[in-house]
Amino acid sequence: MRVKTNKLLKQNETYIFLIILALSFLIQIRSGQFYTSNNIVDIMSAMIVPGLFAIGEFLVILSGGIDVSFPALASLTAYATTKMFLDMGYEGSVFLPLVVAILIGAVLGAINGFFVGYLNLPAMIVTLGTASVFKGFMQGTLESKQLAVIPTGMKNFGTVALYTATNSQSGLSSRLPIAFLMFVAVIIIAFFILKYTMFGRGIYAIGGNESAAYNAGFRVKWTKFLLYVFAGIVASIAGIIRVCMMQQCHPTNMLGMEMNIIAGVVLGGTAIVGGKGTMTGCILGTLLIVLVENSMILIGVPVVWKNVFVGLLIVIGTIISAYQSEHSGAGKGNHKKKEETA
Amino acid sequence: MAEYLFRAVDIRKYFAGVKALDGVTLEIKPGEIHCLAGENGCGKSTLIKIISGVYQRDSGTIEFEGKELQKITPLSAIENGIQVIYQDFSIFPNLSVMENLAINSQLVAKKKLVNWKDMRKIAEEAVARIGFQVDLDARLGDLSVAEKQMVAICRALMFNAKLIIMDEPTTALTKKEVKALFKVILQLKAQNISILFVSHKLDEVFEISERFTVFRSGKLIASGNTADLDDKKFTYYMTGREFEQKIFEPKKIDENPVLEVKKLCLEGHYSDIDFSIKGGEILGITGLLDSGRTELALSLFGMRPADSGKILIHGEEAELKSPQDAIEKGIGFVPEDRLSEGLFLSQSIGDNIIISEIDNLTKGKLVDKKKTEEEIERWVKELSIATPDANNAASTLSGGNQQRIVLAKWLACEPKLLILNGPTVGVDIGSKHDIHAILQSLAEKGMAVIIISDDLPEILENCSRIMILRDGKMSGEFSAAEATEKLILDKMM
Repeated sequence: MRVKTNKLLKQNETYIFLIILALSFLIQIRSGQFYTSNNIVDIMSAMIVPGLFAIGEFLVILSGGIDVSFPALASLTAYATTKMFLDMGYEGSVFLPLVVAILIGAVLGAINGFFVGYLNLPAMIVTLGTASVFKGFMQGTLESKQLAVIPTGMKNFGTVALYTATNSQSGLSSRLPIAFLMFVAVIIIAFFILKYTMFGRGIYAIGGNESAAYNAGFRVKWTKFLLYVFAGIVASIAGIIRVCMMQQCHPTNMLGMEMNIIAGVVLGGTAIVGGKGTMTGCILGTLLIVLVENSMILIGVPVVWKNVFVGLLIVIGTIISAYQSEHSGAGKGNHKKKEETA
Repeated sequence: MAEYLFRAVDIRKYFAGVKALDGVTLEIKPGEIHCLAGENGCGKSTLIKIISGVYQRDSGTIEFEGKELQKITPLSAIENGIQVIYQDFSIFPNLSVMENLAINSQLVAKKKLVNWKDMRKIAEEAVARIGFQVDLDARLGDLSVAEKQMVAICRALMFNAKLIIMDEPTTALTKKEVKALFKVILQLKAQNISILFVSHKLDEVFEISERFTVFRSGKLIASGNTADLDDKKFTYYMTGREFEQKIFEPKKIDENPVLEVKKLCLEGHYSDIDFSIKGGEILGITGLLDSGRTELALSLFGMRPADSGKILIHGEEAELKSPQDAIEKGIGFVPEDRLSEGLFLSQSIGDNIIISEIDNLTKGKLVDKKKTEEEIERWVKELSIATPDANNAASTLSGGNQQRIVLAKWLACEPKLLILNGPTVGVDIGSKHDIHAILQSLAEKGMAVIIISDDLPEILENCSRIMILRDGKMSGEFSAAEATEKLILDKMM
């Protein structure tokens, strides 16, 4: 039992969870609105898109890389897909647009994967570059502008509720879109990949020691390539879901999300240098960011202060993890990293 | 059965037109312990990487169990039964011991999915083979160097390994751990596994190996039975030079001590340390890895300030709370891990040399380029650092030359007291001799030098006095004349 508590105390996840709990109580006390069914549902639906982005980013960071191109990638994919099906006058279900978006996302992800994996270029530079290219392609070649109407299939997908919660006091009701199921599915798939496939263990291995992974017989280049393809797919799913949920396609409104997503992933205990981090941490970290972004208004903090709080959180989160590793790695002089696997 | 398990004949390898291997040959018999020796940069690492499939050879043949191997990949080498234990062990610090042990076999079996139960079983069998006790769920990064090495050995054994290549396996080990490692190696030999032991440490080569091969600058120099070899021949093969062991005798010792340490304590590491050192002396401090010797060195350089006790420099009490304090008092420090603590590897050799004295090389507020260049040239020459151009990155040099840069950096500041922690760890024989000669001449010129090392021959050769630490306490002190290896060892253990 003792050992178990000790382990809990050493995990970032525990602290993030406690912070989330504390924040929720604070909001509850100040506004009485946190633990209402419609607020919970609102938070859940607000989690879908950032959560999906975070999963893709989490895997990439775990491998020792970084991806700052996913908002641009998702925007381009979502815009191209929506525009294409609009022009076709498509009336069918969301299935086909989703498949097309996944294909485009895979191709764009493969471009990142090719440069990072096969040409072994620094991921930060590559994705900064491709982000610019994706954005430019969308705005230049596709002459993107806001699409106020989206195909009916996508519209329905965004409006059909999995669950509707009504607040008995205020009478406000919130819908949890069916897209939430896709989010859950991606979580499960990513968790399975990480824990039960050699591809997933390869991501950890490469993040921990790339040359050792190569020596051990991992196909390092292929693994990285595949990883960026996977990240591209997940990001494009998020892009399409975002369009469906907003009921319109706004080409630039996802741009700039990368910093908060990366912040959430790192807050959740993922080492920025790779090799260490858990799915639970990734989701909790993202939840915390989403909470701060969406709920500060409930305790009367003006929206303009939001960024200050997000920034503070990141600093505090970093302090906690630095403090932990100092305490676990004391003695001997070699700087031990405290590592965690899924 | 053929006479040789493994033959690599007339292997050539070029890197961007530069010859790394110039027609070398290496032959290993079944079940033998073969030592491959040579100074840094002699091509032994290149050959290992060719054997393990990391590099491809440009010409030459490789035979294993009588069959010629064409293209070797890391995976095919493993499948053939060739295992390499690299210096960094090629392990995953972020994963558990269990996963580190089992993951290779999963890869060889071309598994796509992970079965954690199987992994545990594989890992349990692997450690059982050499009777290694370890917590399989521990993070590998939390283990000691010796334990990490054992994990790497256990992992190597799993694939029916017939040839295990160990690349400088003893570099980071203590004496005790080396003994344990040798026991394991003999155990493997008994199982008819051949070992290629890469080392440049004389005593180890003599102790463990049956046959040897020596490379120098990419060429095969000698190969034969270790029994026919002696110290002198071996050193000559390695370096192409003859050395004379020069036992240090202090010429002129100053009257007043440079440094006096009184009742120095650092909780949990050492306590009640008393000693003093005068200019012209070389004091050796030795002890096992956890004896507190490193912490004591760090305290004297202000990196881990002592809890209590006094440090007097030139008779005046000094507070050493940071390296800056120590540098101001004229103390120089060459750290144990020069790569991470002593050098800017990616910066130029020149910049590394002048970094600590840069304040003296200015014209107004700016760095004086001409003065700087003169200073760099002076030190490159004085310490004969082997480089075509001081603008090259420090990482392009061998271990011995890197250590010279660290030395140059401190000497440029003209310290009164120079503390060296493991001055020749990972340094080849030639450079080791040169570094020793430099230290001795420094002392002769009146500097006080403290050498912290567990390399007893090094201590005995270079120090005028020897202090031994055990469990954080001083357990003995000898003058150079009365000390012997055995006496010191008795006080260490």
